Order: sequence, then structure tokens, then C-alpha cells
Amino acid sequence: MGYVLNEESRDVVQLARDFVEKEVAPVCAEYDKNGEFPMDLYQKAFDLGFQALEIPEEYGGSGLDYYTVCAVYEEFARVDAGFCTGVAATGLALKPVLMFGNDEQKNYFAEYICGGKGNGFAAFALTEPDAGSDAGAGKTVAEKVGDEYILNGRKCFITNAGPAQIYVVFAITDKSKGARGYSAFIVERDREGVSVGKEEDKMGIRLSNTADLVLDNVHVPADHLLGKEGKGYAYAMATLDLARPIIGAMSAGIIQRCIDECVAYAKQRVTFGKPIIKHQVNQFKIADMEIKAEVTRSAVINCFNQYYAGKPYGKEAAIAKCYGGDSAVECALEAIQILGGYGYSREYPVEKLLRDAKIMQIYEGTNEIQRMVIAGYVCR
Amino acid sequence: MNILVCVKQVPDTTEIKINYETNTLIREGVPSIVNPFDAYALEIAVRLKEKHGGAVTVLCMGPDQAKAALKECLSVGADNAYLLSDRVFGGSDTLATSYILSSAIKSLGEFDLILCGKQAIDGDTAQVGPEIAEHLGLPQVTYVLDADLSDDKLLVKKETETGYEMIETKTPAVLTVVKTAFEPRMATVKAKIAANRKPISVITSQDIEIDLTRAGLKGSPTKVKKTFTPPMKGDSLVIKEDTAEASVRKLVSILDEKSII
Repeated sequence: MGYVLNEESRDVVQLARDFVEKEVAPVCAEYDKNGEFPMDLYQKAFDLGFQALEIPEEYGGSGLDYYTVCAVYEEFARVDAGFCTGVAATGLALKPVLMFGNDEQKNYFAEYICGGKGNGFAAFALTEPDAGSDAGAGKTVAEKVGDEYILNGRKCFITNAGPAQIYVVFAITDKSKGARGYSAFIVERDREGVSVGKEEDKMGIRLSNTADLVLDNVHVPADHLLGKEGKGYAYAMATLDLARPIIGAMSAGIIQRCIDECVAYAKQRVTFGKPIIKHQVNQFKIADMEIKAEVTRSAVINCFNQYYAGKPYGKEAAIAKCYGGDSAVECALEAIQILGGYGYSREYPVEKLLRDAKIMQIYEGTNEIQRMVIAGYVCR
Repeated sequence: MNILVCVKQVPDTTEIKINYETNTLIREGVPSIVNPFDAYALEIAVRLKEKHGGAVTVLCMGPDQAKAALKECLSVGADNAYLLSDRVFGGSDTLATSYILSSAIKSLGEFDLILCGKQAIDGDTAQVGPEIAEHLGLPQVTYVLDADLSDDKLLVKKETETGYEMIETKTPAVLTVVKTAFEPRMATVKAKIAANRKPISVITSQDIEIDLTRAGLKGSPTKVKKTFTPPMKGDSLVIKEDTAEASVRKLVSILDEKSII
């Protein structure tokens, strides 16, 4: 694969591969079917520290760079993109805290993820029923009263809303300012007024939890405000910029799985007297998948090259996410075609790859939004 | 407890390749792992350390690439790692290997317990562990499933053909370990990283007190005349009916059909 990692990081990626092969691969098809939440699988992953890869060592994490984190997520997504989503969603909630929180807030949040509090899950709560792609149209409010904020509203499609014990919630502190009236808050699950609403019954990534988060007169201390009032929207966008290449890495995992399944199947399936892998039409399809896997990885790496060089990376993040997501869906469709009737059957894993891949074009900003972002850089 | 675990790096395959000129194993180009029985031994050692305190040292004889096996051990609970490596050790049979290992163990210090896997999955001799005990003049228990310390005595669960025996022995002692009821733990992410930053000391023949006439190819009395893969046995048939009686009936009818009885 495209990541050039040092020995330490390679060991961590190998551990990730061993872990998902041993623990997740044997059971993910069953969880996909019954829709149950595999809490024990997540706990096993968290016991090994996979939820804290990017948390700096001084806050109790492993302090790994995003190249390594992405290579790990690719291994996870290759086995199950839903499981990977559940782990990565904690990382998504973590990012605004690491980027814009103060020392106490970083310590406090990290305690919930890899310390004595919480259970390793966290959730990033931005989307609302009427504010998805148009994230600035939210209705959740935070009113400052004395040295507290009082939060009211309903968030939806929140990954990890159910299991998480801590959230980063975006709410409007000044209605008159539109997107510039947003602020970000750390909110604990056990605060009065915090509840989890309807859980989505999803087409794919069924090992992850997606639910509504309801805030009903939730009082949080003023020190739970991340950064500055009114900067919430900017923080959310910066978080998504950094998280989008991770969707690219997960997409690369799905594409790699398509390749693995197709090569294995095409070697043993015989038509017209030879294994179908000898038919050039299938070789070309598999070659196209390989191109997409490698280009997706390169786009992810390119984004982080910009990031670590201190250069703008919003466009590169959008490219990695958009190209990876589109490619994952295209490859999953082709994988089903190569396996034919078996590809369409739930007995084989490739139909699940398509169901899992589809979300890569939707969450963390739809691919239409990604194209708007890219065009915004190019067409100005 | 101060525990030493002997580990061997073995090829991760049942398809062993052999150099037919020297009759030794070809290790180049084959992915390597910690011998699985040694991994069980290490898990017992780490559990004992967690319960009673102390330290776990791992010792491996092999070429430089065997450091990877030691690093793996450091990531799952070993505290110190030593690679025993010298050209003059090359070609050692089990007797020479156990002599070299026991010489190194003596130089490393005092240990309450020495653990080995019952055998390596490449050579399958199951001789090195018991021979180490003999070289060191220590009591030994083979085919060990688990062990615990109770009032300075070692309680050992030994696998037998019909079940298990509980054996009490004094320390220090040598135990050779079979597949245990528990799986060796996986490393944590942090432990993987930490293992990369821990030193692995290399011990050569210069660092230990050793009679080199008893080491290496020349110090090895075992002479391998020929190495070969046994021919595959013919087709086999498993008879497993609902009851023993029904199984016997079927067996008799098949034997009768083939005019064997």
C-alpha cells in the first residue's frame, strides 16, 4: 500500500490487521444481519487503544500521525467499514477538542476516551433535521445564563450518539449572526436533559450506531465552551477538513476488499474452460479497482502532506473524500458484477461492500458538497 | 518472581523448506513468528508476574532477524530481551543448543522459574527444554497447562493422556508448556510502540562462560543422514455414528465388505 511508515507505525498497522482479522472478520456478517451493536468488539478494540491513536501521549494516547491512523482505518474498513466508522467517530469528536480546546479540556475529554471516565466512545453532534449540507441552518441554541450555558435542540444522524458518554455539540449562541453565531460545547451524557432519540436502521455500516441526540434544557458550565463564542461553525468546518481524508482512507479499505474478494473468486471460478481471472475483461476491471485504491491512498497522503507542511488542505481533503467515496461505490458495483449471481447473494460479502460504500458519498459532507468545496478553490 | 522464557523464532508455515545439502531448515524468505508454544509459555510467565510481581526476561538464540520475535515478546509483557547470537553457534543440534542456552541463562542471573514451549513447530523435537533443566541441574515438569506460586512452592498443572495432574515442585524449576486453555494476549497499541523503543541486548560467545567444543555443528552429536517429507497416507475414513454400537457395526460391515475380516 501507499503509506510509507516507520517500523513503529508498521507494527501498529499489523496489529490492527491482526485484530480485525481475528476479532471482527468472523462475526461482522452476523452483526450486519441482525443490526445489534457489537459493544464487546468495540471494547476489545478500545482495550488495545485503537480509539486513542491520535491523542498525544501527554493526554494518554499513542500520539500517532495521521498517515498511521489512516493506514489503521484502512485495515479496519477492509474488514468492516461500520466498525471502522464507530472507532473513527470518536476521533471525529476528538479533533475540535485537540485543535481548539485548552489543556484542561483536552485532558478532560481524553479521560473519557482513554482514561478512567467514560467508555472510549465520543460523538460529534453538528447535523440537525433541517441542517445537513446547509449546516449553518441549525436550530439548536445555547443561552448564556450566569456562568452556565443552557442548551436546547435536537441533533440527528449522530454516529455513536447511543454509546458515547461525551459529545461535542454545536449550538447557536447568537441568532443574529447566522453561521457566525455558532459555538461548540463539551457535553457529558449524564447531564440532566441529555437523551438519545431514535436510532437509524441503516442500509449499511450496520456495526455502527447512528441516532438522534436530544438536548432539553441542558446546563453546562461556561468552561465547557470550546475556544471562543461565535467560532463554532469555523471549528466544525476545520474538523471536517481534517476528518475527510479519513473517509478517503476508509474508502481505500473497501476498495482493497473488493480487489481481494474479486481476485480470490476469479481464480477459482471457471467459465469456458478457464478461471475467469484469465479473461481480460475481468483483469481490466480489477486493474481499474487497483488504480482507484492507489489513487485514493495517494490523495489521502497528499492531503496530510499539505497538513503537516502547514499549508491549506481543504481542497485536498475534499478530493480524497470525494474520489475515495465515489471509487468505493464504483468498485463495489464492479465486484458484484464479477461475482455475478453470487455477488448479488447475501452469502457472499460483496453486496455488503456496496451497502457500506454508499455512505462514503454521503457522510462528512456529501460528495456534492465536496465538489462545491473544490470548485470554490478552483473557480474563485 | 524472576522468570526467564526461552523463545524460538520459527517460520510461519507448516511447509518447511529444507536445505538437503546441510540438512538444515531454510529460513530465508519465509515469514517468521514466535513459536506458538513459546507464546503460551510467555503468557503464563506474564500472568505470574502480574499476580506475584517480578520481571519476565526472554531469551532467544538465533540470527539477527530473530530480534523481531523478541520485540513481539516485549510487546506482550516481557520486560527484558536478550538475543543469543554468534556464528560459532550455527548448526547446533538440540544438545548443543540447550547447552548454549543454559550457559547464557547462568550468566544472566538467578531465575525462580524457566519456561519453554514444549517444542518448536519447525523441528518438533521437544528436547531443548528438558535438556536445559538437565544442564542446569533443575527439576522439570513437561506438558504444562498452567502454573502458580503458593508459599514459595510451584503448583503445576500437567497435561496427561487422560486429563491432568497437579504437581508440586520447588523453585527454581524448568517447565515446558503445551497449548493452554487461554489465548496469549494481543499487544496494545502503546505496548507495540514501547517495544520498538526498548533495547534488545545481543549476547555472543564472548559474553558467557562456555566450552565452545560443545557448541555449533562440530559440538553436535546428532548427525542427520536424510531429511524427507513422509509420504501421504492413503484415503482415510472417519466413522462417527450416533452411538458407539452403530459405529462398530458400520466398521465391521466395511471390513467384511473388503474381505479384511
